[in-house]
Amino acid sequence: MPDVIFRDGSIRQNQWNVVSRPDSGEALDVPEQKRVLIPADLWLENRERFAGNEDVGVWLDSHDEPEILADYVNELPMIAVNFPKFSDGRGYSIARLLRERFGFKNELRAIGDVLLDQLQFMKRCGFDTYELRPDKDIRKAARCLNFFSQGYQAATDTDLPLFRRRAS
Amino acid sequence: MYVYDEHDRQMAAERVAQFRDQTERALAGELAEDEFLPLRLQNGLYVQRLAPMLRICVPYGMLRSTQLRRLARITRDYDKGYAHFTTRQNIQLNWPNLEDVPDILAELAEVEMHSNQTSGNCIRNTTTDQFSGVQSDELTDPRPYCEIIRQWSTFHPEFAYLPRKFKVAVNASEKTDRAAIQVHDIGLQIVRNEVGELGFRVHVGGGLGRTPMVAPVIREFLPELDLLTYLESVLRVYNRYGRRDNKFKARIKILVKALTPEGFAEKVEAEWSHIKDSPSRLTPEAIDRIKAYFTEPAYASLDNATELLAQQRFENRGFDQWLKYNVDIHKKPGYAIVSLTMKETGIPPGDVTDRQLEQIADLADEYSFGEVRVTHEQNVVLADVRQDQLLELWEQLGPMGFATANLNMLTDIICCPGGDFCALANAKSIPVAEAIQRRFDNLDFLYDLGEIDLNISGCMNACGHHHVGNIGVLGVDKKGQEFYQVSLGGASQHDATIGKILGPSFAQDDMPDVIAKIIDVYVNKRTEEESFLDTYRRVGIDPFKERVYA
Repeated sequence: MPDVIFRDGSIRQNQWNVVSRPDSGEALDVPEQKRVLIPADLWLENRERFAGNEDVGVWLDSHDEPEILADYVNELPMIAVNFPKFSDGRGYSIARLLRERFGFKNELRAIGDVLLDQLQFMKRCGFDTYELRPDKDIRKAARCLNFFSQGYQAATDTDLPLFRRRAS
Repeated sequence: MYVYDEHDRQMAAERVAQFRDQTERALAGELAEDEFLPLRLQNGLYVQRLAPMLRICVPYGMLRSTQLRRLARITRDYDKGYAHFTTRQNIQLNWPNLEDVPDILAELAEVEMHSNQTSGNCIRNTTTDQFSGVQSDELTDPRPYCEIIRQWSTFHPEFAYLPRKFKVAVNASEKTDRAAIQVHDIGLQIVRNEVGELGFRVHVGGGLGRTPMVAPVIREFLPELDLLTYLESVLRVYNRYGRRDNKFKARIKILVKALTPEGFAEKVEAEWSHIKDSPSRLTPEAIDRIKAYFTEPAYASLDNATELLAQQRFENRGFDQWLKYNVDIHKKPGYAIVSLTMKETGIPPGDVTDRQLEQIADLADEYSFGEVRVTHEQNVVLADVRQDQLLELWEQLGPMGFATANLNMLTDIICCPGGDFCALANAKSIPVAEAIQRRFDNLDFLYDLGEIDLNISGCMNACGHHHVGNIGVLGVDKKGQEFYQVSLGGASQHDATIGKILGPSFAQDDMPDVIAKIIDVYVNKRTEEESFLDTYRRVGIDPFKERVYA
């Protein structure tokens, strides 16, 4: 499995397997003895079975509503957000809502069409880890996470917009 | 005018370094074309029909003379010695080399300029009235709010990959709307509520393009300090729910229409209720800090030069006409607002040479505190000229080609670059503008016609704002042939209206005749005081149809 990038730029071994949505009529196939991310709505349907299991997290697609997890986020060890195409920007709003509105404290991961030049935006919106598309050069991630030393706006990484930092 | 502090300078430099890195990776083949596309677009770089095109941001149209001189130098060193003023108060270079663009951006950053977010599916340059701060009927100067929005929207991490481009415009005058806010994604009209507090009436979902729409009001009064949290809410609703399956249905206007303005407003209010009291809420100190950059220049204490001007006008008819049409009233006694027209017949509307850019810089230094404004009509404004220096200024403008006294007249045409330059265009627009300008070359006749907005776009994307021209011309492609569709009755100010299509389209050569027939109908039907738009609104489209298709 390809490595995963952490927000501090370090690169570590990926422990998590993304389980895709089963075709209609098929049952969810959760591999044993592995850490897995399953579609969020299926986790909800089987919440009694999965809650408290530190090896089962969820993933949301870009058209999914993160509101479905609002009351349960911190029961999950990890939430991943899928970018079906890097130019689909819904995942940024989903991440901020999970963090800032629903108070998700555990690991938030970007998966899918994750490229280098979007990493810093993802970091600012609350993502901790990034599964870079395998054809991209992971050694360049640390640089791309830190093109900018600060931002004008508040986001998940800072409550204080520049206009408040300037005033102090 | 706003001046960068160390934070702005640092981020500007980091942006240049970032784009240099991205360009190197693109040239090395590490970024696929579709991956580089949004990165270069958000740095203003298009790849066009003939060469790349770089769109440089002019925040809300304000430029210093030092910036104009730098632009002139850049057009000489990296381009063919001319630039183009766009219909959104920006400046375009038509011929830069892709590999030179990081160097151009570095040169721009040295004079506090950039090309951030001048294209791409992100929040674009915020525009406003070119007479901001110098007209007497505005509630307050809108430019500080534009700068606040500029900072908030710059490199916004959540809104860099919206469904489609997003444009905000601000207006502060109750009588006029030179910023055409109702045809923007968000239009902010500065208002006071019943207890005298300052705020915004928020319009959302206007736009031109394929589905032209006048923006409905989604909030009658938004308190001043809530500006950014509310904008963030609108953008978040749009980012989450705007259509991404069809580029032509992806603008916010389609979402507002689908949800109804009331339904859309409800979603925004629900989102806003969560964040309105967050630290992103503006503070009076933050607003004052930005306002301090837009204080009045050191005006002399003067009286209006009424008698002097009367004498000068009497002695010089050309000056009299120019004063009447290209000079506006200033809020300060003894000063005037001068519009330099970039619409000389034979030159594509909005095009300026490097030498002209330097001439404008010199004029700004000599007559207008070193600043100019670029207008969405593709002209340039010297906003603070002493009345007793107007004659002297006018005498200099003539030889430079900036004194054509046709401001807001039929030949002051708004025109996109069209098929001569733009890869998107269906048809050429510049030759049509020129043919019309040549046909109507008699200034006295133009003055008699009065104000008529003639706007030309080379395609549905409507960069020439044809829908809101009193007369709109749209280039269309019919089986590989260029044709032109005419619409009438459009308006862009507080009475914003989308024009109505006259009928089947015309060949390029017929266009001057078609416009002449439309003008004939107006001349025959008008009453003494009626403008073209008044007459059209009274008599309707039929008399025009009958004459043109007779």
